[in-house]
This record gives sequence, structure tokens and C-alpha cells, in this order.
Amino acid sequence: MSSFLAFTIFGLVSGAAYAIAASGLVLTYSTTRVFNIAHGALGMLLSFVFWDFSVRQGMPTLLALFLVLFVVAPAIGWFLQRFVARGLGDAPVSVSLVVTVAILVATLGLAQQVWPPEARSVQPFFAGTSYEMFGFFITAHQILTIVLSLVVAVGLYVLLNRTRIGTAMRASVDNPELLKLFGGQPERVAALSWAIGTSLAALAGVLLVSTVGLDYFALLLLVINAFAAAILGRLQNLPLTFVGAMSLGLVTSYASGYLPTDGLLNSVRNVVPALFLFAVIVLMPQAQLRIGQVKGIVSAPLPSPFKALSWSGALLLGVALVAGALSEANLLLVGTAATYAIVMLSLVLLTGYGGHVSLAQITFVGVGALAYIKIDSPNLGGLLLAGLVAAGVGALVALPVIRLTGLYLALATLAFAVIMDRMIFQADFAFGFNGSLSAERLSILGYQVDSTAGYVWVMAVFFVLMGLALLVVRAGPLGRMLVALRDSPAACGTLGLDQRWFRVGLFAASAGMAGIAGALYAGLRGTVGAAEFQFFGSFTLLLLAVVFGVTSVTGAALGGVGLMMLPVLQADYPGIAGLFFVVIAVGAILLARDPNGLANQLFRLGRLLDRRFGNRIRERIPVLPVPGGSLGGMREQARAEHDANAAADHSLTTVGLGAGGGAATTSGPDQGPAENKEPAGV
Amino acid sequence: MSSLAETFAGSHRASGSHDGPLLEVDHVVVQFGGVTAVNEACFTADPGTVTGLIGPNGAGKTTCFNVISGLQKPTRGTVRFQGKDVSSTPVHRRSKRGMGRTFQRLEAFGSLSVRDNVKVAADIHRGVLKGFLPGGHGKNIDALLERVGIAAYADERADSIPTGTARLLELARCLAGDPKLLLLDEPSSGLDETETDAFGDLLRDLAAEGRAILMVEHDMDLVMAVCDVIHVLDFGSIIASGDPATIRRDPAVQKAYLGYSDEDDADAHTVTDLPAVSDDTMVIPAAREGVGS
Ligand SMILES: Nc1ncnc2c1ncn2[C@@H]1O[C@H](COP(=O)(O)OP(=O)(O)OP(=O)(O)O)[C@@H](O)[C@H]1O
Ligand SMILES: [Mg+2]
Repeated sequence: MSSFLAFTIFGLVSGAAYAIAASGLVLTYSTTRVFNIAHGALGMLLSFVFWDFSVRQGMPTLLALFLVLFVVAPAIGWFLQRFVARGLGDAPVSVSLVVTVAILVATLGLAQQVWPPEARSVQPFFAGTSYEMFGFFITAHQILTIVLSLVVAVGLYVLLNRTRIGTAMRASVDNPELLKLFGGQPERVAALSWAIGTSLAALAGVLLVSTVGLDYFALLLLVINAFAAAILGRLQNLPLTFVGAMSLGLVTSYASGYLPTDGLLNSVRNVVPALFLFAVIVLMPQAQLRIGQVKGIVSAPLPSPFKALSWSGALLLGVALVAGALSEANLLLVGTAATYAIVMLSLVLLTGYGGHVSLAQITFVGVGALAYIKIDSPNLGGLLLAGLVAAGVGALVALPVIRLTGLYLALATLAFAVIMDRMIFQADFAFGFNGSLSAERLSILGYQVDSTAGYVWVMAVFFVLMGLALLVVRAGPLGRMLVALRDSPAACGTLGLDQRWFRVGLFAASAGMAGIAGALYAGLRGTVGAAEFQFFGSFTLLLLAVVFGVTSVTGAALGGVGLMMLPVLQADYPGIAGLFFVVIAVGAILLARDPNGLANQLFRLGRLLDRRFGNRIRERIPVLPVPGGSLGGMREQARAEHDANAAADHSLTTVGLGAGGGAATTSGPDQGPAENKEPAGV
Repeated sequence: MSSLAETFAGSHRASGSHDGPLLEVDHVVVQFGGVTAVNEACFTADPGTVTGLIGPNGAGKTTCFNVISGLQKPTRGTVRFQGKDVSSTPVHRRSKRGMGRTFQRLEAFGSLSVRDNVKVAADIHRGVLKGFLPGGHGKNIDALLERVGIAAYADERADSIPTGTARLLELARCLAGDPKLLLLDEPSSGLDETETDAFGDLLRDLAAEGRAILMVEHDMDLVMAVCDVIHVLDFGSIIASGDPATIRRDPAVQKAYLGYSDEDDADAHTVTDLPAVSDDTMVIPAAREGVGS
């Protein structure tokens, strides 16, 4: 009984902190319609700032707290709204998710850069002071947490209901245009709400850090709790949000107190918030189709079949030539790049064509790998089976949220990724706690591909086949429908499309592709463990996909190489490891509104160069006209001069270029109409 | 000109197995927070007729369309289609039963070509699975584009064509599904005078095929010329219903539009000069004070 009371109090205290975080999230969402995935990451960053002020610099606690809550946090919030999140409310949810994921990754990178991993601790407020209550000790810190959550609740109520600016905040939810008409300033309102929201994230972080510890990921994951609470409040109802936060606090506390300490149930305690989030999302009421979304995203042009095929051939030839010369370690890197490139293809389908965001793509890779490992002497059928298992799991994730909008689908995938990461992958029937499993190499038609060079080439073949399949799909009725659904879900609905099943299918197909990538990866590596499929990987994957271009096969190829290079670079330059995250995030923020990415810039460059020099170069090499123009040709030549590793990158680059950019130079049958408007013969 | 029209014509009257009107909007109320956008609205639409739904900006016309097509849940009231209550039927099923609509704020598939826009609609109409089989709807699509008069734009991207053309595209797209009821939200805005005349003829043709057409329109000349029945919405309530001549003379209608009623001067001319404010990018009515404040 007395332990029950202790767990209850502990639950209420953590619930109070979650409530503070969640109300900040609700505030920013309801005034700007941007769901800030990075909310927890900001709390994490600001907890580090608090540590820096109060412990490292030795400021008085109160001063440090004041500076964090009323100077640094609002400044960051204002900055983010002003320069990063502005106008995102009207953007498709895929864009606003990418931007806030980028904020998350940048925040993490910044924290790791400024405060490299080392043991740090933050004392609770009024350390050592506690009071006896019902035979229990409750610390002053805990009382403070509860009191502060009440202060925040009352404060927000007064702000929103009793002040002019608060009324403006509420009005801007319903109608930013209307607000402008009545003399309000939506931008200022938005900036204020981000400032307050960030401050609340900081407060929650600072209150929790003495129990959770100054850990990047533990603090970052606290946002799941805030999400769950906020979504229970439908992202706008503050009282319900508080109820959600308190219930979650209690459930988490009881789970940690009463769940058995061995077996699978033991690990459930790690994922209670994620399970709660999933449950809350599933219980959401049916969403209505949104009318009047931003649409007509300029997509990368489809290449002609000839271009696509010739560049595919070039890639395969290039990999074949280069693979023989590479060391085993470098081969593994090329294979990893191929894996990521295939995963990126799955994002081209899901995000580039379909406009949906998955925050669990790397998890599906893990599912595919795991399924593949469990199959004895895997052949092509086994590979397919692994893909189907991942597809099935993908469908299972998408099914419960079938009635909801893209935001909730993305959040459901995040919850799923965390559950898999913290519980399933580490279970005995999977990879085991800190464990790994060994996998056999794939055998194709009775022939097992033993040499790594051969295997890497096989992976390139799979990339090419799946890329071509994607292009075929895109050019056909299914692709048209996907794009239509992305451009206007409302119109598709009124034309009679039941998009819910369509979306489940799309999601499953994308997960299946990621699963096949995972299976191939397992075969490549020989041994794989849970650590390779952590949820955070899906964030960097998404960002790099957007940076390199999530609408084209080229972008996928480039992105695969980029994602492979990321840890390599971080290992080579440990001093600036965190900065790489920041750079990628900034790139994604800049490119999010045009998700055709760098690949599209390359297409443009290719077109430009072709216009300038194409004919001259073709004159000089009359025997072998290089499809795709001079850029491709120059790359072919450059490749010979590069070292083997770089050459592998370039061969990927070139084929990608052809796969996406070729259409710009020759007219193909399935060229986009926009291309046709360009004067002929350029 | 109308190979499709021949295919479609006649099928509609026969299929109406019930006796009442095709569409019945029955005491529908829609509230957004404190704002009552639609207030106890009742009206019907019948096969073979063009019904006009008019009213000042912010009167609740688009909201009515959203309720009928299923994009907006009514706070109260029912929508009946072919005699059956469809108030809780999902959007896509209403469409399968024969409702089609266009949008005031354009919902064309911007990154597809005009022809592909209609192709997608035809594919969806055939059923998602059947839609993927190679099928010979190629000719029908071009005939349809020809019929609504946008064949010249067939290969343009839908987000690069003029507004008026995009509205016709939305009409073509919904005709690909051969609807029994057409909901057209300000279809003629963006069209010039000759185009509007041609559009009026097209509407009469479509009605003659047995379709019910419900149209929200600010162009009074067009409304008066093609509508058989007109309902006038003001502040969410129907304030008048009747044929064009009756509506033109109705003092309440003039008051709603002009702020005063002048029975002596109630000729067509006055009503034709009514404010035809229609802005594609803004759904919020700017013209009326007090709404939402
Ligand atoms: N989703 C919404 N949320 C809140 N209020 C809304 C919403 N949609 C419409 N309204 C309000 O409902 C009222 C009716 O709007 P509606 O768009 O139906 O008018 P309308 O008659 O179509 O006007 P217009 O001629 O300008 O198109 C307006 O006051 C509008 O502000
Ligand atoms: Mg309207």
C-alpha cells in the first residue's frame, strides 16, 4: 500500500512535468499548425544549457534558471519561428514534418557538438529538502514540479482567455486571414507562441533532468510523452492535455513499479509512453479531408525508358569494374550505400510520390533483416518473404491510423520505431540484448554469392531493378493516382477513391522495399545487431532523402551514398561529428519546400551544360554519343582518375543522373508536360 | 461532339427508382465554434434541372456543398440522396453513388497534365484495381476534354492553366465518373463572356441528359439564364426559393445583396450588378463585418 502511494506520487510528479512539456506543444501547434517533433529535443538542449550555466559556469541556480527560461529559450523559439518554421502551417504535412525533424537533428547535433558525451549531473532543486506526508517523503523538487505545472496551467488559461494577445492567439488558429483583417499580427502571435512553447519545453526538461539524467536520447524521447498527452487533448484542449499527461505519468510509474523484472514484460516499461502514444492515436476520431492544401509540387521529370536503361547499365558496369579493385572494407561501404539507396527508393515511393512521411523506415529495414536471418539458406524466395514480412508489419502500423491524417501516421510510425528499438529488437527472439545474429549470403538460383564484390554487384542490380520498377509505376495509372492523392486528397475522395486502403497499400509497399534492403544488408554484413536499426537512423535517412531529392531515383542513389558517408565522416572528424548533423539539418530545412533536392539541381546543371557544350562534345566523340549529355561524359572520365572508393560514389551518381535527368535532353514518350514547354532542340 | 453524352444520356432517369427528389438537404445546421455557417437549410435538386444556390460572400454556400459531398459533418440535419440518408456515408461512397463536385478553391491535381487529371478520375471511377488494367478510355478522355472545351490544354500541367480553364477541368474530371448529381462551386468565375455562354449551353446539355445540377454562382446573368430553380442563402438560412423571375423580384433577396430593398427598381439590371466577389485564394469572406469576430 505504501509503495503504491509512492508510485502514485512519483507518477503525478512526472505527469506534471509531461503536462508542462505537452502544453507547450499544444500552444505552438494550435497557434501555428506546426507540430514540432523537435519539442523534446529543444527541452534537451536547454537542459544542457541549464547545466552549463549552473554547474559548469557556477551561476546561482535561480539566475541560471531565469536565463534559460526567459532569455535563451524564448530567443531560440522566436528564432525558429521567424527563420525556420514560418509559413509552415499552410505547407503539406510532409514538409512541416521534415522541417521539424531537421530541427530535432540539428538540436541533437548542436548539443553533441557543444557538450560532447561525458558524465554530467544536475542536482534537483532544493536538494536534500523533503517533507513527510502520509508516511512518505516527498522532496521539495517534486512539490515544486507539481506547483509549477499548476502555475503553467493557470497561466496559460489566463493568457488565452483573459488577454488581448491570447485572444489573438486563439483566433489565429481558426483564421489567420481573419486575424489580419481585424488588425492582429499573426506573425507576432506565432513568434510569441513559439517562444512560450520553447520555454515550457525547457522548464519540463530542467525539472526532469535530475531524475532522467543529462542524456541526449533519454531527454529527446520524453517528447513522446508530451506527444501522447497533447494528442489526447486533440492538440488543442489544454485541460484534456493535463489529464493525458497525469495518466501517462501514473501508468509509467506503475509500470516501472509493478511489471515483472524479467522476460519481455520487463522491457515493456521502456516503451510505455510509446504504447500510450500509439493507443491515443488509434483512439482519435475520424479525420476530415482537408480542402485547400498547397499542391502542384514540381516533380523531377521522368526519364525516357532509353535513358533509364542506359544509365542503369552504366551503373552496373561501373560497379562491376570498380568492385574488383576495392578492399573488403570499402566494398562493405559500397554495399551499405546500396542498402541505403534502396531504402531511399522506398521513401521516393512513400514521400516523393505519395506525400507521406515515415519515421520508422530504418525499423522496417531491421524487420526485413531479422526475417531474412530467420530463414534457412535464403534464396530469392526468402528475400521476397523478408520483404513481405516487412510489408505486413508496415500495413499493421498503418491500419490502426487508417482514418487519420498524415501527421498521425507519422507519429504512429515514430511510436512504432521506439517500441521496436527499445523492446522487440532487443528481445531474445530477435537480436537479443546488445546481441547480434549472423546471416547467410543470398543464393540466387542455386548459386550462393560468396564474394563480397559479387554480392555488392547483386545489390546494385536490386537497386536498379527496384528503381526501374518505381519509374514504371510512376509512369502508369498507379503513379498518376499516387500523385493525384498527394496533390489533392479531397478531390480524390470526391471522385470516389477510398484513400484509406490505398494508403495502407502504399505504406506496406514502401515498408516492403525497406525490408528487402534490410535483408540484403544482413546478407552483406554477415552479422547484424539491433544497434544498426535504432529509431534515430530514420531521422537522418529522411533528411538526407530530402536533401538529395526524394522525388527521383537519382536522389535515392545520391542519398544512399550520403547516408553511408555520414558515419564515416563522423569517425574521421570526431571533433566536428555533431556539426555534420547540423549541416544536414540546415540543408533539409532549406530544401524541404522543394523536395526534389540536389538531384534536381544536378538535372538543371546537366541541362545547362548540355545546352552550352553538349553539341561540341558530341562532335568530338562521334562514335560514342554519351546519353544524358556532357555532365555524364565528364563524370565517366573523371572516374578513372579518382581512387577506387570515390569512383564507386561517382558511378552511383552517374546512373542516378541518367535515371532522373536524362529526359531533359532528349524527348521521351513519357516526358512531363512541363518539359514539353521548353523550346525544342535545346 | 458528345460521344460520351450519348453513352451517359438516358441512364439517369431510368435509375431513379424512388419518387422524391434526387438530393434532399433537410434542416442542415453547421456550426464552426460560435459561427453558424448554415442554419436549418432545406432544399432539393432534381434530375434534369439546374438549381442555383446564390447568396452573398460567407452565406454558407460552400459549406452546404461540403456537407452534401461529405467533406463536412453537419452539426444537425440530414442529407438524402436517391431517397437514402447519406449523412454518415464517407465521401468516396457518396461519389460512387453518383455525386460529383467541383471546388471553389481549386483542387486540380497540379502536378499532372490536364489529360492525366481526367484519366485519374476515369481510373478511380473504374475501380482502383480495374483502373490498372490497360483500358481504352483514351478516346473518351479526349472527347470529354473537347466537350467542356479545354482540349487545347490537354498536355499542360494543371497548375499552369488559367483559373477558368481549371474550373472546367474540374468539371471534366467529375464528368469522367458520370455523376447523377453535379455540385458546381462558382464554375464560371475566370471565364470570359463567350466562354460563359458556351458553359451555360453545356450546363443545359448536361441537365438534358438527366443529371441534377446544383450550382453556386455569383454571375447573375448566367444564373438567371440557366437555372430552373434558385435558392437564396443569407447568413446560412434560405431566405427565398423559386424560379429566376420570382427571385429577381423578391425584396428579401435585394436586401440581402444590396442592403436595401427597392420594389420599383427591381428589374434584372439591379440584380445583375450584384457584387460578384470571388477570390480563389481566400475562402474567408472579407466583405461582411461581424462574422467570426
Ligand atoms: N472550416 C471552417 N472553420 C471555421 N469557419 C468556417 C469554415 N468554413 C467556413 N467557415 C465560415 O462559415 C461561413 C460560411 O462560409 P462559406 O465558405 O460556406 O461561404 P460561401 O457562401 O461559400 O462564401 P463565398 O461566396 O465567399 O464562397 C463563413 O463565415 C466562414 O468564415
Ligand atoms: Mg464559397
